[in-house]
Amino acid sequence: MAQNNRLSGGLINRDAALNFTFDGKTYQGFEGDTLASALLANGVRLMGRSFKYHRPRGPLTAGSEEPNALVELRSGGRQEPNTRATVAELYDGFSANSQNRWPSLERDFMAINDRFSNFLTAGFYYKTFMWPKAFWEKLYEPIIRKAAGLGSLTGEDDPDHYDKGFLHCDLLIIGAGPAGLAAALTAGRAGAQVIVADEDFRMGGRLIAETGALAEMAGEAWVTETLAELASMGNVRVMPRTTVFGAYDHGIYGAVERNADHLIAPATDKPRQTLWRIYSKRAVIATGAIERPIAFENNDRPGVMLAGAVRGYANRWAATPAQSVVVFANNDDAHQTARDLMARGVVVPAIVDTRPDAPDVAGTEVLKGAEIVDSSGRLGLTSVRVRTANGQTRDIACGAVAMSGGWNPNLGLTCHQRGRPVWHNDIHAFVPGEGLPVGQIVAGAAKGEFTTEAALKGGAAAAVAALSDLGITAAAAELPAATDAPVAITPFWHVKGAKRAWLDYQNDVTVKDVKLAHQENFTAVEHLKRYTTLGMATDQGKTSNVGALAVMAELTGKSIPETGTTIFRPPYTPVAMGAFGGRAVGKDFHPTRLTPSHKWAEEQGAVFVEVGNWLRAQWFPRKGETHWRQSVDREVLQTRNSVGVCDVTTLGKIDVQGADAAAFLNKIYANGFAKLAVGKTRYGLMLREDGVAYDDGTAARLAEDHFVVTTTTANAVLAYRNMEFVRQCLCPEMDVQLISTTEAWAQYAVAGPNSRKLLQKIVDPEFDISNEAFPFMGCGEITVCGGLRARLFRISFSGELAYEIAVPTRYGDAMMRALMEAGEEFDAVPYGTEALGVMRIEKGHAAGNELNGTTTALNLGLGRMVSTKKDCIGNVLSRREGMNTKDALALVGVKPVNAADPLPAGAHLMNATGPVDAAHDQGYVTSAAYSPILESSIGLAFVKGGFDRKGEKLRLVNPLEGQETLVEIVSAHFVDPEGEKLRA
Amino acid sequence: MLIDHPLLGLRDAQEFTYLGDASLINRPDWQAENAAQAFHDYLYLRDNPAGEHRELWFHEQGDRSWLVVTRNTLTHEILKVELARDVAKAAGKAD
Repeated sequence: MAQNNRLSGGLINRDAALNFTFDGKTYQGFEGDTLASALLANGVRLMGRSFKYHRPRGPLTAGSEEPNALVELRSGGRQEPNTRATVAELYDGFSANSQNRWPSLERDFMAINDRFSNFLTAGFYYKTFMWPKAFWEKLYEPIIRKAAGLGSLTGEDDPDHYDKGFLHCDLLIIGAGPAGLAAALTAGRAGAQVIVADEDFRMGGRLIAETGALAEMAGEAWVTETLAELASMGNVRVMPRTTVFGAYDHGIYGAVERNADHLIAPATDKPRQTLWRIYSKRAVIATGAIERPIAFENNDRPGVMLAGAVRGYANRWAATPAQSVVVFANNDDAHQTARDLMARGVVVPAIVDTRPDAPDVAGTEVLKGAEIVDSSGRLGLTSVRVRTANGQTRDIACGAVAMSGGWNPNLGLTCHQRGRPVWHNDIHAFVPGEGLPVGQIVAGAAKGEFTTEAALKGGAAAAVAALSDLGITAAAAELPAATDAPVAITPFWHVKGAKRAWLDYQNDVTVKDVKLAHQENFTAVEHLKRYTTLGMATDQGKTSNVGALAVMAELTGKSIPETGTTIFRPPYTPVAMGAFGGRAVGKDFHPTRLTPSHKWAEEQGAVFVEVGNWLRAQWFPRKGETHWRQSVDREVLQTRNSVGVCDVTTLGKIDVQGADAAAFLNKIYANGFAKLAVGKTRYGLMLREDGVAYDDGTAARLAEDHFVVTTTTANAVLAYRNMEFVRQCLCPEMDVQLISTTEAWAQYAVAGPNSRKLLQKIVDPEFDISNEAFPFMGCGEITVCGGLRARLFRISFSGELAYEIAVPTRYGDAMMRALMEAGEEFDAVPYGTEALGVMRIEKGHAAGNELNGTTTALNLGLGRMVSTKKDCIGNVLSRREGMNTKDALALVGVKPVNAADPLPAGAHLMNATGPVDAAHDQGYVTSAAYSPILESSIGLAFVKGGFDRKGEKLRLVNPLEGQETLVEIVSAHFVDPEGEKLRA
Repeated sequence: MLIDHPLLGLRDAQEFTYLGDASLINRPDWQAENAAQAFHDYLYLRDNPAGEHRELWFHEQGDRSWLVVTRNTLTHEILKVELARDVAKAAGKAD
C-alpha cells in the first residue's frame, strides 16, 4: 500500500523499508518509524477504541503519554497488551493488533455504549447497578469487565528472558533533549561518572522534532555530534530505550531498558528487557514537557491530535495524519506546526486561535478569538465547525486538527517522594515545587523553562551545580545558539457546549462528567479523580489531569492551585511484570537447596518434598509398592526392627564458641545449660520474649568453650538472627561468637536397635562407642572411615537407639553410601521425612505442628523445663497468669477407639456428650499418622487440662468431611514411654 | 534506601532485615519487683514517631551486625548509624 501521507525529509531511513501488519493487513514503513508514524504515513488514523464508549480513536500524541492508540504487540507467548503505538519501534516482520473491539476495529459491536452515554456518566457503577444486589457479582461486573477494557493476556508462557542489573554513577541524567544533552556534555567533560537515559530509541527530544530549534545548525546535527562525543567518553553511559520509571530513597532510581523490543526476537540467551537499579549521587530531571489538549465537542475523533505531536510526525517521521490540517490553539507555539506543515506541502486551511490578539502567520488564515465547537467524521475526522469572533459558525473540511492548550512540565519523577508541584502563572502550568527527592535537580522544560536556549543553559548549569556538590569542578559546555523568546499563551481549557468534550481520552472522562462530579459535591481533586476515574488509566492522566482540574476550578470559582494538584507515583509508564520478575521465574523463583547426598537419594528413586528451599527425600519407594503408605510403613518397621538412615543435613547448625558460650546458651534456652558436661548433648527449648515456644533442638558441648546448636530446618535463619540479637544487643560484654555451619556439615541419623553395630563398622576403632563409653546424649569429635573427621551425637528423634553423625559437607555423599554399604548385613533402610514424622509422633516428640506460634512450654508438657533460677528469653512473661491456668491446653496422645478410623490433623475435639460448637471446644489434633507398630491411627493433640484426662473419651469432629470419631486420650509417648530403647 | 554501615559503608537496605524500635536493647531486669509489668511494657509498648526514629536493622545478607539506625520516618533520611553492640555497651548492659 502506498504511503500517501509520507512527506519529504525526516529522520527515517528510506533505504530500509520494513514490512509490518496491523490487524492482519500488511503495510510498509521505514527504519526509524514507530507503529503510529508508519500507520499515519499509510493513511491509517483509526488505531483503537476508547475504554468505555468504544469510540473510534487515533493517536493523540507522539510519545509515551499516549492515551488512545493502545495496541497488542506480537502474538503467542510474546503477546504484549496495551502498548502505545506511538512508542512501538518498527522492525521488519512487526505485527500488532487493535484491542477492545469486536468483531473489528471498524465495526465494533460495543460502540452501542456510545448511544447510552447518558447512562454511563461519572459514577455510573455506583448508581446503575445497585439492585438486585446478587446481580453485581454474577451479571453486572462480568459484563462491565468484558465491555470496558484494554488488551488481553495470552495465557501462554513468555519465552523470553528478563534481566536485572545495578548501576552506579555520580550523575544520572533523565531525558536526552537539549537540557539532558547539555548536562551530559558538561558532566562528561568534567570526568564525572554519568548515565544519560531516554525512553526514546532516538535521543534528542524536541531537538529532533523541531525545525528551527537551534539558530545556526539543525537540531539533529548537534544531537548527532553530541552523542558521538558522549559515546567516546569512557565515563559516560548512554542508554536509549531506557525509561526511568521511579525515583526512590537516597538517589536510587528504577529503570527499564528495552533491549530487544525493537527486534523480531531477542538473540539467544539475551534478555528482552533489563530492569536497572541505578544508584546515583545526583540526578538531573530533564524530562521535558507534555502538551495538553483543548476540550471541545467531539474532540476525540481520529485525526484530532496535539500540535506538537503533528509537528513531530512531520519533522522527525515525515508523516502527516492528513493532507489538510486545521490548527487550534491558545498559544504561539502551535503556530510553528502550521509553518512546518506548510513547508512540507500540507494544506493548513486555518489556524483557529482563541486569543483575539493572536499574531498572523504567513500562508494561512488566523481566525482570532475563534473556537472549534464541533467535529464530524465517523471513523476519522472530516471537518470541524468553527465559531468565529463575531459569533458566526463555519465548517472547515480537514483530516486532522493540531491542537494545543499549552504545555505541562513533565514532572512525574519529582513527585515520587511526595514533592508537590506549584502553579506558575507565566506558563499556566504546574512546575516542580519543594520536597524533591534527595539529590534531584530539574532543568529545562521539566522546570517550566520552555525555550531551547533556557533548556540548553539550564541543563549545563544543573550539571555544574550537581557536580559542585560532589566536589567535582565542571565548566558549562559550549552550547549552540538557540531562540530565547518565551512563548505567549493565554489560558484556555474548554469550549463551552452541551455535548461531550473529552478531557481524559483513555478513560472517557468529559467536561460533563466533571460538571456532574461538581454537582454531586465530589469537588476535592482526589474525589474528582475517583468519582470520574480521571487519570486512572495506563497513561495516569499525563494529558488530562490539569485540564480537568481547570474545569473544576472554573466550576467552584477557585483558582487552579486552590483547587488542588495531582501528584504522581511510580511507575512513570507501565512496566512489564516480566521485568520485575527478572530471572526469578519458574523453578528459579527461589533457590533450591540440595543436600550433599541428594544425588544418592535420586538414585534410590526417592520422592522429594520441598521444605523451605530444601528438597528432602519424603520416602523411598521400592519395587511393587503402589502406595506411599506401603513405603513409609516399611521404612518405619525396618528402622524400629533393625536400622534406618535418614538425611538430617537440613537442620540448622550453629557453632557457639567462647569463654561465655555456656552462659550464652543459658540465656537463649528456657532450660539450663551451665552445668552440661563436656561430651554431653541436651535438648533445648527456645522461647520468644512473650513466653511462646518457637523452636527446639539440641546443644552439644564439644569443649568447655564450644557448643554445637541445632535448630529446626524451618527456623534455622530466624533462630540464628535471634541469637545474634541476644549476643550483640542484650549481652554485648559476653565472650562468645556464633557462626552458622548448616552448610558446612552433612548429617545423618542412624536409628534402630542395630545402629550401634552399623556405626562400629564406620567409626575408626580407637573410638569406643559402646553404651558404657558413649551413653545416651553423649557427643564427641571422632574420625570415621580411616581418619575422616566427624562428629557423633547420641540423640534420638525416633525413640530408638540412635545417633546422628556429621561429616564435612563434601563427604556427605560418600558417607551416605558408606553407611548403606555397612548396613547391608542388617538390611538397613533409608527413610524419608514421612517415616521420620511417623516415628516422632509415636514417640510424642513435638515438631512444627506443635510449635505453632501459640503454644507455651507448659502446653507442650515441658513447663518444668523453664528455669526460674536464671534469666532467659521469655521466662518472665511465660509466668503470666493467663498462660498458666489449670485448663491450659496440654499435649497428649489420641487414639481412635476403632483403630482403623483415620485421625485428620486439624480436627477438633469435643466432650463425648454435649454440644458440638466453639464454646465447648476441648482442643485440636496437631499431628496424625498411622502407626505400623501399633497398627492404629494415632495423633498428637492439645486438650484442655489434658494431662489429667488420660483415659477419657472425646469426640473428634471434622465437619468439613462430616466425620465424627470417638477417640481416647492417651500418653503422647505411644512407643517406649520409659525410654529404655534409646538408652540401650 | 542506603544504610551507611559503620564497618562496611553504604549498603542497600535490601541486604538488611528490619526489627523495630531500638528500645528493644533495653531489656528489663528479670528479678525486679515489677518485672512482669516492665517486660510487658518492653515488649508491647512502642512509640510511633513521625520524625526521628531509632530502630534496629540486621545485616543478614552481609556481616550479620545488628545496627541502630536513626531514621526520619517522614523523609527516610538516615541521620546516624551505630553498631548495636556499641549502643548496648554504652547503655551498660553488663551481661
